[in-house]
Amino acid sequence: MSQASVQVGSSPQVQYLLRIGDSCLILAQRLGEWCGHAPILEEDLALANMALDLLGQARALLTHAARLDGQGHDEDQLAFLREERQYLNPVLMELPRGDFAFTQVRNFAVATWLLLLWRRLQSSTDPDVAAIAAKAVKESAYHQQHAADWLVRLGDGTAESTARMVEALAQLWPLFNELFDADAVDAAAVVQGLGPSWAELEPEWTAHLNEVLADAGLAHPKASAYVSAGRRGVHSEHMGHLLAEMQYLQRAYPGGKW
Amino acid sequence: MSSVSNTGTDKEWPLWEVFVRSKAGLDHKHCGSLHAADAKMAIQMAREVYTRRQEGTSIWVVLSNQIVASDPGEKGMYFDPMEDKVYRHPTFYELPDAINHM
Repeated sequence: MSQASVQVGSSPQVQYLLRIGDSCLILAQRLGEWCGHAPILEEDLALANMALDLLGQARALLTHAARLDGQGHDEDQLAFLREERQYLNPVLMELPRGDFAFTQVRNFAVATWLLLLWRRLQSSTDPDVAAIAAKAVKESAYHQQHAADWLVRLGDGTAESTARMVEALAQLWPLFNELFDADAVDAAAVVQGLGPSWAELEPEWTAHLNEVLADAGLAHPKASAYVSAGRRGVHSEHMGHLLAEMQYLQRAYPGGKW
Repeated sequence: MSSVSNTGTDKEWPLWEVFVRSKAGLDHKHCGSLHAADAKMAIQMAREVYTRRQEGTSIWVVLSNQIVASDPGEKGMYFDPMEDKVYRHPTFYELPDAINHM
């Protein structure tokens, strides 16, 4: 027996918020996989803390998006009963956690992107979104700094750590494009004053990344023309497995209270 | 933040003692220790482990090997003479209410 899936409406407003909320949720799930596996005890706690921050941000956004969607869903139904094609996070967030270098490069990329996004969302015309952003902006600032320190440590560390950083950057680089690929959903958000077009964030994001890469003594990988489409529900092969694990209990025991 | 010299071996991160002043507190209290590669990392890790990120918290970290402790074997000589000499303690004054935290 399994629980039927839910669908969300196609309003640009809901889609815009779900893209951000899903990003937080899926990265939180990936960071949760580090629990008990980080290189040192203190970093284990740090990764768990960041996963919890992201999960909190996801809960706030999903709850709000569900309310705007007006179909009577709640955060749990959106998290546990949507199918892959209904998830709108960029592919970057769903990739397996990889090694520690991979995790820190992705954390830096996402934290910087979220920081720039939250800063602008603080002046959203939607007061709920502005309030969520005001709370989240401090968290993302910390996440960014924490990851930046690791990027410099690893990039400027041993031959092994440098090689792993180079490898992580090469793997992740093509996935960054999706973070700044503007489309109709962004355009609608700008018109409504809901939030910025993601494309607007790119120059500042790139400047942050360049600064840290320079400190770490790392070169840019070659630019890639590839643009993933997770924001439109087209995911990598990893997404289905992630959701199968995440949603198992709710699907197996529909409507269970917890 | 400049990194403090690592006095351990290359493989072992040195031990740091952590002192935290809570938002309403008056002084930094020792709350534990942790291993970290340098002072900057020690501050970040102390924040993760000991503060739950309360705002208004101040953290000090110091290399454990920089701390000099009194010798427990000399406890008697150091501290006992004060115990039965109440006249040595300034406890006979009535403090005005305006003076807090003494």
